[in-house]
Amino acid sequence: MVRLEKRPSPSAFWLWATPVLAVILTMIAGGIMFAILGKNPFEAIRTIFWDPLFNEQFASYSRPQLLVKAGPLILIAVGLSLGFRAGIWNIGAEGQYIMGAIFGAAVGLALYPIETRWVFPMMVAAGIFGGWLWAMIPAILKTRFNTNEILVSLLLVYVAQNILASMSIGLLRNPEGGGFPGSRNLSQIPAMANPELIPGTGLHWGVILAFVVVIAAYILLQRHILGYHIKLAGQAPKAARFAGVSPNRLVLLCMGLSGALAGMAGLFEVTGPSGQISIDFNVGYGFTAIIVAFLGRLNPIGILLAGLLMALTYIGGELASFMLGLPAAAIQAFQGMLLFFLLAVDLLTNFRIRFGTIKEAR
Amino acid sequence: MDLGGINPAILIASLMVASVPIILAALGELVVEKAGVLNLGVEGMMIMGAICGFATAVATGNPYLGFLGGALGAACLSLVFAVLTQFFLANQVATGLALTLFGLGLSSLIGQSYVGIKPPLTGTVPLGPLADIPFFGPVLFDHDWMVYLSIFACGAVWAVLKYTRMGLVLRAVGESHDAAHALGYKVVRIRVLAILFGGALAGLGGAYISLIRVPQWTDGITAGAGWIALAIVVFASWKPWRILLGAYLFGGITVLQLNLQAAGARIPVEYLSMSPYLITILVLVIMSSGKGKAALNAPASLGQNFHASR
Repeated sequence: MVRLEKRPSPSAFWLWATPVLAVILTMIAGGIMFAILGKNPFEAIRTIFWDPLFNEQFASYSRPQLLVKAGPLILIAVGLSLGFRAGIWNIGAEGQYIMGAIFGAAVGLALYPIETRWVFPMMVAAGIFGGWLWAMIPAILKTRFNTNEILVSLLLVYVAQNILASMSIGLLRNPEGGGFPGSRNLSQIPAMANPELIPGTGLHWGVILAFVVVIAAYILLQRHILGYHIKLAGQAPKAARFAGVSPNRLVLLCMGLSGALAGMAGLFEVTGPSGQISIDFNVGYGFTAIIVAFLGRLNPIGILLAGLLMALTYIGGELASFMLGLPAAAIQAFQGMLLFFLLAVDLLTNFRIRFGTIKEAR
Repeated sequence: MDLGGINPAILIASLMVASVPIILAALGELVVEKAGVLNLGVEGMMIMGAICGFATAVATGNPYLGFLGGALGAACLSLVFAVLTQFFLANQVATGLALTLFGLGLSSLIGQSYVGIKPPLTGTVPLGPLADIPFFGPVLFDHDWMVYLSIFACGAVWAVLKYTRMGLVLRAVGESHDAAHALGYKVVRIRVLAILFGGALAGLGGAYISLIRVPQWTDGITAGAGWIALAIVVFASWKPWRILLGAYLFGGITVLQLNLQAAGARIPVEYLSMSPYLITILVLVIMSSGKGKAALNAPASLGQNFHASR
């Protein structure tokens, strides 16, 4: 008979060991999945986790991609983690990401032939505003009408996707693109581009800001009263209210911050790696960032590491589909599996497992 | 009788078809939430039902077995949710999201070899001369069996929850798991069964999309239907009959905008296709404004994990 005994306080060891354990378990289960698909599991795992970094043939291309993919994931996940800690569930980051990209690109394209170095900062500001605005819809509906923010933020993703489709064949379409959908290529317009800053590293402005945001979030949570309020509201909502923390203010703040960061990530993506507004420029970073936030234990430093790992699975997945013919969808299932294992082993953090029979009924 | 190129009889008939997946998924989720569990993985379970149903129907050539396969596939996925939340005491919101992310990935993985295949046809229920009645014939008596099943399921869930001992125990577990546990009811067992039931119904709904409504397999075929089902449960204030109402309202808007697209309305297609989501949000706002959780009729233990300390 297995019995669970609640720990008086979460185990510090398991707090850090569970993500590692979850990754190992996912590799095992993923290996089984790849074996079922008829691939050599060891080869598949090596292609995903090892080759992108250390294979002589691919590493020169793959290594820079690590930062390119981790940047937006970390930016979004840090924002989400603040809300998740306070029990505010913004799961519509994908929509805020899209809207940030649209707002930023629209400002840039409206100023199109102008060549000054102020265009790019203005686009970043517009991107942040776009994401913030899109997140404010569920936030205000939550504070004013007590509407469930999970459902509203998620449903708004579908709305944002339709707006994106409309923009890329309508308002923002490249007038010189011969009628093809998609905007001008922003990454090729010097005033709007978000280039690779140091050749061969993949470092762009979004990655630098991701690092800045990680540090800022760390300080906020460890040293600032607001960070304390966020943690308090999540762990003891009643105590927080007695301490004078306004739940509504916290909702507006957490949703706004996560939306702004997601919007910023969208703008950096659309001016850099993806280059243009098109129907499918978004690749689901907003959803994957949810896994990143949990894998990083809602801790900024943890998210930094989790973001890099998740970026690795993206790159490794591409490599595996190229080299071994592993379906691209397999990597999505793999990432979902990681979240399952993470949630399952999380039990070890809060409970002790005791073996042996007990008298009382469970 | 035509209104701007749209025939009302066909409109109503097709809105009944459009709302079947939502009715089934929302009914399943209602039972789950009545037991005090918030499963946000409806979208993932629906899409697993869609692909498992499709695969089974193509393999056996029998659409009925397809629906069974869809229900089973989704129930298997919901079992993962049940184990994680009931035995591993994982956060229900996070686990539900994981279910959706995993379901979307796995379904498109399974579905790769099924793109472009036609599933076996599901015929309409032969109701003889009833189908020939003008207006009412096509609206009410010319559907496949799932349309009738969804309405019947609504009544069955309502009756079971309201009049049977099983329904009473289920509601007790959802209102206060500690009290139910003290009375000797097996909280975890009841919740696991409710989650499996919810998964099976979501799977039926998903299979309906891929086998009848569309009918073919494409990635992301459910397109947010699971999330709308979750919203409909709130709209219905956890009452089965109101789910029918909410789903028909939603189905009506979906069908109307599709018809407007086909009729060449001056509104761009993208704005028409986003309308169902916007209306769902609007309805959610109206339902939850100015009311607390209690006034909304939400189960009191919704979303809380149960761990018997003794």
